[in-house]
Amino acid sequence: MTPKTLVDKIWDLHVVEPGASDLLYIDLHLLHEVSSPQAFAGLREAGRAVRRPSHAVATTDHDVPTDGRELPADAGAAQQLRVLADNCRDNDIELHPVGSPGQGIVHVIGPQMGLTRPGATIVCGDSHTATHGAFGAIAFGIGTSEIEHVLATQTLRARRPQSMAVTVTGELPPDVTAKDLALGILAEGGTDAGTGTLIEFRGPAVRALSMEGRMTLCNMAVEMGARSGLVAPDETTFAYLKGRPRAPRGDLWDEAVAAWRTLRSDADAVFDRELVVDAGSMAPRVTWGTNPGQSVAVDGAVPDPDGIAHPGERAAAERALAYMGLRPGTAMRDVGVDVVFIGSCTNSRIEDLRAAADVVRGRRVADGVRGLVVPGSMLVRQLAEREGLDRVFTAAGFEWRMPGCSMCVGINGDTVEPGQRCASTSNRNFEGRQGPGARTHLVSPATAAATAVAGRFVTPADL
Amino acid sequence: MGSRMEPLVHVTGRGVPLDRPNVDTDQIIPAAWLKKTTRTGYADGLFEQWRQDPDFVLNRPERAGARILVAGPNFGCGSSREHAPWALHEWGFRAVIAPGFADIFRNNMPNAGLVPVRCEPAVAAAVMAAVTADPAAEIAVDVAARTVACEAAGVRAEPFQLDDEARDRLVSGLTQLEVTLRAADRIAAYEAARAPWLDVTA
Ligand code: SF4
Repeated sequence: MTPKTLVDKIWDLHVVEPGASDLLYIDLHLLHEVSSPQAFAGLREAGRAVRRPSHAVATTDHDVPTDGRELPADAGAAQQLRVLADNCRDNDIELHPVGSPGQGIVHVIGPQMGLTRPGATIVCGDSHTATHGAFGAIAFGIGTSEIEHVLATQTLRARRPQSMAVTVTGELPPDVTAKDLALGILAEGGTDAGTGTLIEFRGPAVRALSMEGRMTLCNMAVEMGARSGLVAPDETTFAYLKGRPRAPRGDLWDEAVAAWRTLRSDADAVFDRELVVDAGSMAPRVTWGTNPGQSVAVDGAVPDPDGIAHPGERAAAERALAYMGLRPGTAMRDVGVDVVFIGSCTNSRIEDLRAAADVVRGRRVADGVRGLVVPGSMLVRQLAEREGLDRVFTAAGFEWRMPGCSMCVGINGDTVEPGQRCASTSNRNFEGRQGPGARTHLVSPATAAATAVAGRFVTPADL
Repeated sequence: MGSRMEPLVHVTGRGVPLDRPNVDTDQIIPAAWLKKTTRTGYADGLFEQWRQDPDFVLNRPERAGARILVAGPNFGCGSSREHAPWALHEWGFRAVIAPGFADIFRNNMPNAGLVPVRCEPAVAAAVMAAVTADPAAEIAVDVAARTVACEAAGVRAEPFQLDDEARDRLVSGLTQLEVTLRAADRIAAYEAARAPWLDVTA
């Protein structure tokens, strides 16, 4: 038998009809308020029904206010939330609306409920669906027309992706997190290293990551240009899932674990592309530019575009520095910040909040810096409050918010002002991502927390 | 998607050069525009930030009415928002030529009535140079044959990459959903045989 990659094994389990693009069965369809209204409208206009309402789960996250639980003042956002509620009610789809205990960022609630599982196909109208790949699932973002297609048929037409192995050898230094690793891989491979592929992250340093760390890493696979990323399931995965509200129980659990154990790339499987990075060479990182590949170590300096050989990349770096208001050669430690945002589907889970709280405990946010902590879900918020993390943050001068996407994308009113500089634990530092003219620097939760205290980019070790 | 699409067999017209790598969908249509529940009404948001510069290429009068965007590598990276190809389509574009597209964006394009013309970097660069130099330069994309031509660039019927499924759909004007609904019995058969452990939401 030809050796197979993990992605091929999962893919083959889901092919309904092979073709130039395979017709692929979808096990779980996650929905949110921003990308789905036109899909439901399309179905309605054509008089079509949702084929498998039980395979869909919806939440509200992008538009929701984080300073309270009332409907947003913004009429467009309020309408989107209402339309989602109507669509879920009319089509018998489970919804976790604002104010309910299950609400949260779509990529945080799937795993916490135990819906995100090894071997599954998971889609959502959101590119960071890649996050769910941490469980050994094929999980990727789709457009609105494809949402309509999944609603109507429970399938998707998709080309089998090329395979890419990103192998992380060695061991991460103690103060280096999964976020730093993701930014480090992006710096080495670039933002289109994974185009056309689905990346399998492997190697001892990946195995050593917690599920939350793996979610952070897979979350950013899409920033590498890949459709998604995944990690083969193992005991860490099973331990995380066991006992979650929607995880299988009893005999079905045993049957599932037995099947999940077969989900790994064969030893001699050949990947179309490979990248090997050394975990030992990784360091806490911060982005300086306007794409996530443009980063340096926190103790590094803003690079000089003159040193970039490729003319297109050089011009892009010059544009990025102009937008970011940075001069080549400036030490990142000398760059001051106005805002610190701890949140988003990259880094808003309980481990992220613990890591940040450990740094700020007994310390204060620097004068003039606005600090925002936005838990990824109501459950994360509740867990954090039980551990007293909310008091650690508020005592330090952070705002402790309600769950949502918030300042990651800035459409709920939580924005960074034009020209302001923000240390953010999110995944995209694109121009205007956090608001028009906002300058975003991507960092880990620990670096974000330390930066809030110092008022400039530092790591916890520098405090 | 519920209704028929306009068949795209040939796309012919002038090009707009956007010579930047990694143009993300947040630039194509900023997030503030995503708070609508319709598939239309996005043209004014297209490249909203960059268009504040009066010299930005889309603001130039000689570029009005162009049908083809000529872009750099990794075009359409970032957010999966289909609003980005909707906005390009509504502006009047029917094809984008680039040496490479981000995966999700490339999938979304045909669903929004846009042809993704992914060609060799040398071909893309030649077309880019030609349309930069001459706003009147004509480009012809033959979707059925998967070739692109631009006389001003010395490009004659160069092949481009587009998978069969997307090509057939663009040429026929059928939506993906219309095609798949014909396979309803296959889907039912698959569901009947599916392993219980794959039933995530049971
Ligand atoms: S937190 Fe940010 S990246 Fe994640 S789903 Fe929300 S907007 Fe998208």
